[in-house]
Amino acid sequence: MPGEAGMPDAAATSGTAIEVTGLRKAFGANEVLRGIDLEVSTHEVICLIGASGSGKSTLLRCLNLLEPINAGRISLWGQEITAAGIDQNLVRRSIGIVFQSYNLFPHMSVLHNVTLAPRKALGTPRPAAEEEARALLGRFGLLDKEAEFPDRLSGGQQQRVAIVRALAMRPQIMLLDEVTSALDPELVAEVLDVIRELAASGMTMLIATHEMGFARDIARRVCFLEEGRIIEDAPPAELFTAPKDERTQRFLRRIIAAGRL
Amino acid sequence: MDGSQPDPPAGPFTGFPAASATVGGAWQPPGSFGTAGRGPRLLSGGGRRATAISSASTLVVLGALVAVFLVAPGSSQVRHVFFNPTDMWQSFIGNPRKGYYSVGEAIWLNIRMFLAAEVLILGLALFIALIRQSVSPVLFPFRVLSLIYVDFFRGVPLLLVLLAIGFGVPALRLPVVSTQSAAIYGVAALVLSYSAYVSEVYRAGLNSVHRSQTAAARSLGLSQSTTLRYVILPQAVRNIIPPLLNDFISLQKDTALVSTLGAIEANGAAQIYSSTVFNYSSYTVAAILFLILTIPLARLTDRLIDRDRRRRLAGAAA
Repeated sequence: MPGEAGMPDAAATSGTAIEVTGLRKAFGANEVLRGIDLEVSTHEVICLIGASGSGKSTLLRCLNLLEPINAGRISLWGQEITAAGIDQNLVRRSIGIVFQSYNLFPHMSVLHNVTLAPRKALGTPRPAAEEEARALLGRFGLLDKEAEFPDRLSGGQQQRVAIVRALAMRPQIMLLDEVTSALDPELVAEVLDVIRELAASGMTMLIATHEMGFARDIARRVCFLEEGRIIEDAPPAELFTAPKDERTQRFLRRIIAAGRL
Repeated sequence: MDGSQPDPPAGPFTGFPAASATVGGAWQPPGSFGTAGRGPRLLSGGGRRATAISSASTLVVLGALVAVFLVAPGSSQVRHVFFNPTDMWQSFIGNPRKGYYSVGEAIWLNIRMFLAAEVLILGLALFIALIRQSVSPVLFPFRVLSLIYVDFFRGVPLLLVLLAIGFGVPALRLPVVSTQSAAIYGVAALVLSYSAYVSEVYRAGLNSVHRSQTAAARSLGLSQSTTLRYVILPQAVRNIIPPLLNDFISLQKDTALVSTLGAIEANGAAQIYSSTVFNYSSYTVAAILFLILTIPLARLTDRLIDRDRRRRLAGAAA
């Protein structure tokens, strides 16, 4: 693969970042993704909404190559990453993913959590990795937590560390998988602020979320998924106020009834 | 602790042991590695009254046991044959001119065998556990071999393994391999046998680390081996330290079996004394020495289990 980060860097600043065509994924007999087509431009922020089990998380995990796919193809800046002979570790360096359950390494301090991958995957010397980690931690208000262990942090702090940990690999794309779903309501805002800052800095992002208000604010496009398909793909102003598809309307009615929009 | 909220519990309904307030001193947030929240302990400081009651009860029970020992019809013979102070001292210091070795010196061989075996077991068992946990189709034959290995050495009594290696390998009359000392064959047999058990302990530890940890590490671009080395193994090993130490306590004792190959370790030296002088007090000396070795490890294991239990409680409360 060309380029040290595994991706052609010149192309990474413009054009189509992610191209998904005919993506199918089944767990045994249960087909979770039934033909996903999606295009994401560089610097674009897209929110994926839909009920639990609609395939949002699986789609993100497939993009990070954490799940082998059954059919279709995924390309990053024109290069197919689902082809045979692709070094998954190189691909993953350019796509960060953050999980609902943070998944910090519990036996490592915050600083160690953040520096592990740059040091062991990129070979960054420890002082340089720590300097960069501190800069990132400082940017997200976590500098005083560098020596703490994850179990001493609040959920919001843990999730922010998880985001910093992914950013330390200098990814060109960030995938956020319901990163606020496990948080107490009062801790959601601090994590959303971090995501807003990332969006403002031009990060290309795919965000699976249940926070409809947030999706409306931040996304350039919102995709509604149901039963493993993208039912509707439109700018938030359109999708939330005048959804075309009947299934989208039904989903949004339920959301409104639950007082979440 | 996926999806858990690590905020400190505020109320009394947290499942966090109430003893933490009285025994551990200042309250600490759960999930810390501090000293809060001790469970029930063997020598607990439950106040002066509790101490008095437990002392009295201990005296009564011990007194009764000693009384039974003293009034038994064969008491004086047993005391002479097993607990004769002169014989105990003589066997402890040894006297080569009279034909017997020092049990106190021989225990060092047990310690050396134990330490050597322990290091080798930790390595071999991990290797076997990793092969058994592997998924690569290329490694299939090795997975089968390691399964056979574990089944075989867990099933065959250690004594038989010892005899097979200690007498079988020299009989092969191979260069180098067949000319080692009894202690070397003993260590080899202990390593073969115990690695089968310890590999299963490792496997349990590897399985105890949640899959999401692997996903998190791999998603950062870390390779499989780096993930194993820095993310999975440290957590796995931390989870299995108590059962691991348990196996090592019994390994310490089982070094005594190497005497069957003629190695002059504590048990062997005691045997020589008893058949020379016709007094079993040397065995009592050997038993006391083994206790001195194993009890500290047993107490350490208890403390680690206690720490682990508190951590789990704290995790559940969080």
